[in-house]
Amino acid sequence: MESRMSENQSNTRRLARRVSWETLLAFLVLIAIAGGTFLNKDFLTAENWSNLLANFVEIALMALPLSLIVITSEIDLSVASMLGLSSSLLGLLWEYKLAMPLGIVICLLVGALCGTLNGFLIVRFRLPSLAVTIGTLALFRGFAYILLGDKAVADFPPEYAEFGIGNILYTFLPWPFLLFIVLALIFWVLLHHTTVGRSIYAIGGNQTAARFSGINIDRLKMLLFIASGIISALAGIVFTFRFSSSRADNGTGFELSAIAAVFLGGVTVQGGKGTITGVVLSLLLIGIINNVLTLADVASEVLRIVTGSLLIISILLPNLIASTHERLRLIQRQREIAKLGTASVTK
Amino acid sequence: MTKESKNTVDSHGWVSTLFRRRETSLVLLIAVLTGLTDALNPRFLSPQSLKDLMLNVSIIALLVLGQTVIILMRQIDLSISSIVGITAFLSGDLFVSHPGIPGIGVVLIAVLAGFLLGTVNAALIAWGKIPALITTLGTLYIFRGANYAWVHGRQINATNVPGSFLAIGTSTFAGVPILTWIVLVLLILFSIGLRQYRAGREYYAIGSNPNAAILAGINVSRRVATGFILSGAIAGLAGALWLARFGTVDATAAEGIELTVITSTVVGGVAITGGVGTVFGAVLGALLLSVFSSTLVFLRVPSFWQQAFQGAMLLVAIAADAYLAYRYALRSRVRWSHV
Repeated sequence: MESRMSENQSNTRRLARRVSWETLLAFLVLIAIAGGTFLNKDFLTAENWSNLLANFVEIALMALPLSLIVITSEIDLSVASMLGLSSSLLGLLWEYKLAMPLGIVICLLVGALCGTLNGFLIVRFRLPSLAVTIGTLALFRGFAYILLGDKAVADFPPEYAEFGIGNILYTFLPWPFLLFIVLALIFWVLLHHTTVGRSIYAIGGNQTAARFSGINIDRLKMLLFIASGIISALAGIVFTFRFSSSRADNGTGFELSAIAAVFLGGVTVQGGKGTITGVVLSLLLIGIINNVLTLADVASEVLRIVTGSLLIISILLPNLIASTHERLRLIQRQREIAKLGTASVTK
Repeated sequence: MTKESKNTVDSHGWVSTLFRRRETSLVLLIAVLTGLTDALNPRFLSPQSLKDLMLNVSIIALLVLGQTVIILMRQIDLSISSIVGITAFLSGDLFVSHPGIPGIGVVLIAVLAGFLLGTVNAALIAWGKIPALITTLGTLYIFRGANYAWVHGRQINATNVPGSFLAIGTSTFAGVPILTWIVLVLLILFSIGLRQYRAGREYYAIGSNPNAAILAGINVSRRVATGFILSGAIAGLAGALWLARFGTVDATAAEGIELTVITSTVVGGVAITGGVGTVFGAVLGALLLSVFSSTLVFLRVPSFWQQAFQGAMLLVAIAADAYLAYRYALRSRVRWSHV
């Protein structure tokens, strides 16, 4: 009986080793697509997929640097506020008749500055990133309100609005999605095929060991927070053009979806683990689920129940599996000890 | 009480202890701010605006009590604003659907609802082993989303709520609003609980050094769970009082106040790294934030500036705590090097 149990267990373990988190996610994405097609005849149309892909672009952009930050076991909760600040600033600059390309550059620079502030407080003063970015979550959103108040800027030039809502020639792929694909490739190469990527994993795995192996932890973390600022600002610009609207409350609460995508993508809370492929798949999964529910007329506030639950489940499930494994191993060991005990008694 | 003050009691006596405590500097700051604003605008200290100030600070101060317990353990509870939102609407809905229901019954049901929602957090954090930040970020949106789905565009108006219940938020006893009395009584109970009782000291122990707390035989999971359940129950009470204070409640009630509560707590000297701080300090932090925002209103600063100031204050408070801890570490290293 014991041998059968341990055989079972080694089978599950072998299975667990072979079926990676990414395969599981890819499988779930396929199920979601099948389910969506079954539930709604409008789901598998080019127009809907164009919407679906466009709708998660901002969150997808922010999730890329956030994944790297979480792998180094830090966190950035201020991403959505940097998006809002960048969107408000772009609107305000446009209202002041500044040339749009210059406005875009200024927004990206301000994003870099925001990221620098986060990085500076976390790296120089050794403050916990959780606390710092809760503070800057309020601070940057506050700046957005100072800039725009409750006004909205909407009269953006048509060529920029076209970038926001138009598709790449003869396809259903929206232009901002191309931006995401390019950045996702860059982050994939960076994380999986460069020494920088190895250093990021090393920091998350064991910070002390990483320091002794000569990695400049402070500089790397600083750069990651700056990257998060720039890309969040970029997401703000995309958001502004997509809706042709610049408001101080743009993107409020997006940090939830971005963080959910990162954890669902297989990045662990302790850091040191996770892949860009996983994060991209989890973004796709969240995008499809949101799309299907939106097609079923579920309100966006209610949709957040789903995103919040995915966030919690994505950590709860691996924890439960790990603790069950642990318990099984303990039981097995106890049995072995008991067997040894009876063996010595019979001797 | 805190690490620094114990050290100074040994070497300098109570005068310098008084000066080094966060509470003292908070009282001074509040006094200076009040004095300055009053000099610019004498209406600032009129009985009516003082009453408004007390009412404004009361619900935040109440939530600060729960958040203090949480932050002392190095945890965080972001979901309180959603719990307040749900229980505020629930309280109003009870008055609408059960006319004649006694006010105390509504308060008890709201507390019970908060208790249950807090239990969800507690179970996920203590037994699901999910970090508090992730759990409560998730439940912040789950509870709020559930609230939206349930409320479905309805609204509770002051006319739906009996006058005797609204009186909690309007009438005064000895010049102080009833609402504020409730919070003061709870503040004293919490202060005694955290100072004198074993459970209270365990909260400090867990935050100072979780591993040492485990080795000292403290059941950390259970203590953490109790903290989150307590925080939820307090948020439930705050929800009922929110209805009494404002009368009008819809699905957006109390959205975003978790940032004010966390900022107040940390400004009040409860270190985000756990183990340090008192409820009195935290409530003084809430008072300081409230006085500060009234000052901004009296100085005609647009209300849009409030949030940025709050964020900046939180950052300054975190940095100040880290600096004090660093100084303390340096000093104790010098002291112990003689041994």
